[in-house]
Amino acid sequence: MAEITLIEAVTQALAYEMQADKDVIVLGEDVGVNGGVFRATAGLLEKFGPNRVLDTPLAESMIAGIAIGMAAQGLKPVAEIQFMGFTYPALDQIINHASRMRNRTRGRLTCPMVVRTPYGAGIHAPEHHSESTEAIYAHTPGLRVVIPSSPARAYGLLLAAIRDPDPVIFLEPSRMYRLVKQAVPDNGEALPLDQCFILKEGRDITLVSWGAMLHETMQAANTLEAQGVSAEVIDVATIKPLDIETILASVIKTGRCVVIHEAVKTCGVGAEIAAQISEKALLNLQAPVLRVTGYDTIVPYLKMEKYYLPSEARILNAVHQTLEFA
Amino acid sequence: MTIVATFSVEYTQFLDPQGKPTQPLPNFATNCEELVELYRRMVLTRVFDAKAVVLQRTGKMGTYPSSLGQEAVAVGLGNAMRKEDVLCPAYRETGAQFQRGIKMSEILAYWGGDERGSCFQANQDDFPLCVPIGTQSLHAAGIATAFKIRQQPRVAVMVCGDGATSQGDFYESVNLAGAWNLPIVFVVNNNQWAISVPRSAQTHCQTLAQKAFAGGFAGEQVDGNDVIAMRYVVERALEKARTGGGPTLIEAITYRLHDHTTADDANRYRDKAELNKAWELEPIARLRHYLTAQGHWSEGEEAKWQAACSQQVEQAVQEYLAIPAPSLTDMFDYLYAKLPHDLIEQREQVIAEAKLGGDNHHG
Ligand SMILES: Cc1ncc(C[n+]2csc(CCOP(=O)(O)OP(=O)(O)O)c2C)c(N)n1
Ligand SMILES: [Mg+2]
Repeated sequence: MAEITLIEAVTQALAYEMQADKDVIVLGEDVGVNGGVFRATAGLLEKFGPNRVLDTPLAESMIAGIAIGMAAQGLKPVAEIQFMGFTYPALDQIINHASRMRNRTRGRLTCPMVVRTPYGAGIHAPEHHSESTEAIYAHTPGLRVVIPSSPARAYGLLLAAIRDPDPVIFLEPSRMYRLVKQAVPDNGEALPLDQCFILKEGRDITLVSWGAMLHETMQAANTLEAQGVSAEVIDVATIKPLDIETILASVIKTGRCVVIHEAVKTCGVGAEIAAQISEKALLNLQAPVLRVTGYDTIVPYLKMEKYYLPSEARILNAVHQTLEFA
Repeated sequence: MTIVATFSVEYTQFLDPQGKPTQPLPNFATNCEELVELYRRMVLTRVFDAKAVVLQRTGKMGTYPSSLGQEAVAVGLGNAMRKEDVLCPAYRETGAQFQRGIKMSEILAYWGGDERGSCFQANQDDFPLCVPIGTQSLHAAGIATAFKIRQQPRVAVMVCGDGATSQGDFYESVNLAGAWNLPIVFVVNNNQWAISVPRSAQTHCQTLAQKAFAGGFAGEQVDGNDVIAMRYVVERALEKARTGGGPTLIEAITYRLHDHTTADDANRYRDKAELNKAWELEPIARLRHYLTAQGHWSEGEEAKWQAACSQQVEQAVQEYLAIPAPSLTDMFDYLYAKLPHDLIEQREQVIAEAKLGGDNHHG
């Protein structure tokens, strides 16, 4: 089987589900003839026609807003926003309407919609193209926030997101789009939402991350292995709702935890994970939970972004602090 | 110089403020039963609004936005719509909602602070009221997109105020409706005020109808205090949309005779003289004058109908007051199709902690 990239896995999942379910509609800016600015929707217009692949006018609030109307009518819109930094005009529609339509109408109207967007730094993109503000969405009741970190998980999680009866914010780490290839059978099998994935088992410390940062986190875990430290690596994958049980079980086993994310530190999802660990497993901890994150700054432009993003060295540094905590 | 495009805005009125026809009435209005029905619905809406304000003032309900003076807008458009069409209202369309199967007690429950007020037991598809100004215009555009994709002969109707036409979402939906030739009707209830901001301060446009031109389709004005005109132009726009003719924007000229809501005091910013003048234009007296002159309505019928309305509203109030309190856990149980595991603990917590007392209720 040919190996595919994360972005190709996204396309494969979209095509599979559009074929399987005629209510699935792809919409967004440049998603038609152009196949999306990253080519996530390449070939879909040719295959499914202009009634299923909607090239919209340039307005993000509109894209989210009409997805709500379409979803309320029983369609399953999968909207693409070109970059996370351009989801902000749609926040009003997502927070004030999509996330709460089911609650407001006590289940009469629902929003089975997906908003897909590339996110994160490290692709030398212009200003506003490197955001990782997933915490905004994770802070919103009624939403699911799902972040794949590999081609296989992109395929399986996107299928699950489209099939989910509630709104899902699907954040695709743009740095991972073409970084690795994997064989991903096009069998329509979804992966479970609301569950962490254990990428590597270990005894001495738990490393928790998601999205593109799992690349550096896995590198660090392999380096540690060579140094005789056995690290368990958890891909959170769905950051809202959070599968804290899997994280707790690991931390209870290892007694040590470092959370790695590229979003800013303050009020990041790492803070929530650390708080829940301290609420529920304080006495199992051998050391404080540390966070390796982006700094509380605007993501620097491309010249300096590598100093913002957590590196393997920064992760190892935090791991050693944790291991050496008296 | 050459002129590359010209635009014009039509204004439709059939009855003047004294109830005298200004032109031959449309076909449906030659049927006196239909006119009496429109009249009755406007009166019912007014009686309901007045009662809702009293409920708020006596602490039996939360804030309420009365539609006093704007009954013709809601009743006219609600009457023109078909059951299978979908209404995306703002919050002054009570008179339309009644005609769409939404119960008075549901509307009271909503303003009484109960989410179940938007269950709409007899209406599956209409959207609930929309508080974030103008956002509903995009929902209507999305609904219209669904109708178009599925080739259903249905129309989405969105209603908003004059203030809402300044919102980005309004422009975005107008633009999309034109670009995709959507089956949608925009009704702008121009009641001259957005809380304390007058229409003149909202935009330099001569009309709000002309905002349709930016979307490439027709915008028109209608006397929003003339229910015959209201029903006529909305029905025409609906039929156009239903048969593939695309969107229309209707600016209904009316006046907000009440405060913005029960939480507002318009005396702070509005001239009494302006209000008194507006009372001379209101929609109910106008149609009553016409019906009476035609011999289709009398003082006796008026008294009987007023009493019937009061009785119907009173019954709805009793129904509303008898609705049992919502369940404590409802706040969790409708967030997602299935309660996510991370909320199970908090759901149990709310039950346990409610028993601790010391809640935040000061009412
Ligand atoms: C986005 C947003 N901004 C502000 C408000 C507060 N607000 C409620 S009603 C209103 C005025 C709306 O005026 P208009 O659109 O003319 O409708 P009307 O109330 O006159 O029917 C404002 C500013 C709001 N609900 N939503
Ligand atoms: Mg107004």
